[in-house]
Amino acid sequence: MAVDAQTVEKLAELARIAISKETIEEVSSRLGDVLQLVDQLQAVNTDGVLPMAHPLDEVQVLRRDQVTEPNRREEFLALAPQTEAGLYLVPKVID
Amino acid sequence: MHQLTIAEIIRGLRDKQFSSVEITSHMLERIQQLDSQFNSFITVTGEQAIQQAAAADARLAQGDAPALCGVPIAHKDIFCTRGVRTSCGSKMLDNFVSPYDATVVENFLQAGAVSLGKTNMDEFAMGSSNESSFYGPVKNPWDVTRIPGGSSGGSAAAVAAQLVPGTTASDTGGSIRQPAAMTGTSGLKPTYGRVSRWGMIAFASSLDQGGPIARTAEDVALMLSVMAGPDNKDSTCLDRPVQDYTANLNDSIAGLKIGVPSEYFGEGLDSEVGARVQEALAAYEKLGAELVQISLPHSKLAVPAYYVIAPAEASANLSRFDGVRYGYRCENPADLRDLYMRSRGEGFGEEVKRRILVGSYALSAGYYDAYYNKAQQVRRLIKQDFVDAFQKVDVIMGPTAPNPAFKLGEKNADPVAMYLEDIYTIATNLAGLPGMSIPCGFAHGLPVGLQIIGNYLDEARMLNVAHQFQQASDWHQQIAPAAK
Repeated sequence: MAVDAQTVEKLAELARIAISKETIEEVSSRLGDVLQLVDQLQAVNTDGVLPMAHPLDEVQVLRRDQVTEPNRREEFLALAPQTEAGLYLVPKVID
Repeated sequence: MHQLTIAEIIRGLRDKQFSSVEITSHMLERIQQLDSQFNSFITVTGEQAIQQAAAADARLAQGDAPALCGVPIAHKDIFCTRGVRTSCGSKMLDNFVSPYDATVVENFLQAGAVSLGKTNMDEFAMGSSNESSFYGPVKNPWDVTRIPGGSSGGSAAAVAAQLVPGTTASDTGGSIRQPAAMTGTSGLKPTYGRVSRWGMIAFASSLDQGGPIARTAEDVALMLSVMAGPDNKDSTCLDRPVQDYTANLNDSIAGLKIGVPSEYFGEGLDSEVGARVQEALAAYEKLGAELVQISLPHSKLAVPAYYVIAPAEASANLSRFDGVRYGYRCENPADLRDLYMRSRGEGFGEEVKRRILVGSYALSAGYYDAYYNKAQQVRRLIKQDFVDAFQKVDVIMGPTAPNPAFKLGEKNADPVAMYLEDIYTIATNLAGLPGMSIPCGFAHGLPVGLQIIGNYLDEARMLNVAHQFQQASDWHQQIAPAAK
């Protein structure tokens, strides 16, 4: 299945990934190859088959509803590219 | 000293033949001297390793030594390590120093192991050749013009080059077993949920599983005994007690029923690889096992199902890398949209971007049912094949990979050809089953892996089966030329 440049641009926007104009053709072609591979699934009869979202039919482990982690705000903020007054800093979003 | 296995190192340390500081220093020197040929490490933590080794020596002297006390290991750079860069092979996390340890890392610290550093890997574990790392490709110690397999290629190459006796690794579609096969090492992907994923950077959460790579099945058993176990921090981790995986290694395998799937010996399998695997199966017959022909009729659909499910989960998991809270941020973003778009566009490599786009496509309105839902239905059919097979047999065996290690760059232009390198390993991830690869000979002068697939939580039996083969053969003792 072919993927046109317009679809790639739309996907890039959805995924918030900048794709340069120069590489868009190559990306389209490679995406098309992958989709051609996965299109083999369409030939399989899956009527009545329950989708399997998880490999094991296990009940998720629960724990007590208690705070177990200490507040590590400073450590986590220290990892950020830009912070100010204890907050993450990003470009202005409201005029 | 670098030729010793983990089991031998444990004995040597306890018998005071050498200290942990001595063996750790020796391994660090080897890494410094030899690793420029292989590029198997991203970060070497020499100073920290010597401190850990000295602490281990003190515990050994007191007679208070836990299981792996003083044993040098290394972690795949997908596992978070407190105070040490955890890059996941990506420019996106090149500057990320983790503020905490993954549960697996903590387990090894508790067991007294000494970490020499972080091993190279395909970016975000996406790859079958270890060529997509931001830190450059890893080279195979058997032939440095060839790939070591991926995505745990750094972990496998470091073991094959005898830079470290054991490493942690992770397997989403074959990333422990395929590099183990291509480097002549032993690697095990446990049952999904047997080893905690907390602190292991997520690629595809329903498929990812951490596990060990070492030179022998016995060493893999020693490492798995430390890695495995319930974890309150990971709600998908199984709440079942952990066995001592070394306890049954010497059990007889007479009467073992080995399922041999016809689909694993067809078109696409290198004839020499197939011949080595058949010879291994014949060796098992000599040990008293019985070969049973079986069929896994949906196995040909594993690769297409995987390349919907894994990218779909990856597109969600990798949305956290947005340039805001940690990791790479582009220069001078014009606005928030530009910050996201350029940080992710510049921070991620080509394969990662491709998979995120495929995942976004599969999950987007209008395609969800046709792709994602369909793949999850096919996944159940694949799992049912295994459930049916394990009614008749104890383990399943076949090749780990269709080819021995290929040349660096050979498959870069054709991602689909690259994806097919995992054709025999992916189905077990989709089904959540444990799988293992052990060396079983050479094809075209390069190592070949025998894959052992086990039933759910049957790791102890798989390790027994692998160990018995290694007692009767010496493929696992062959040393890569560049390691000598």
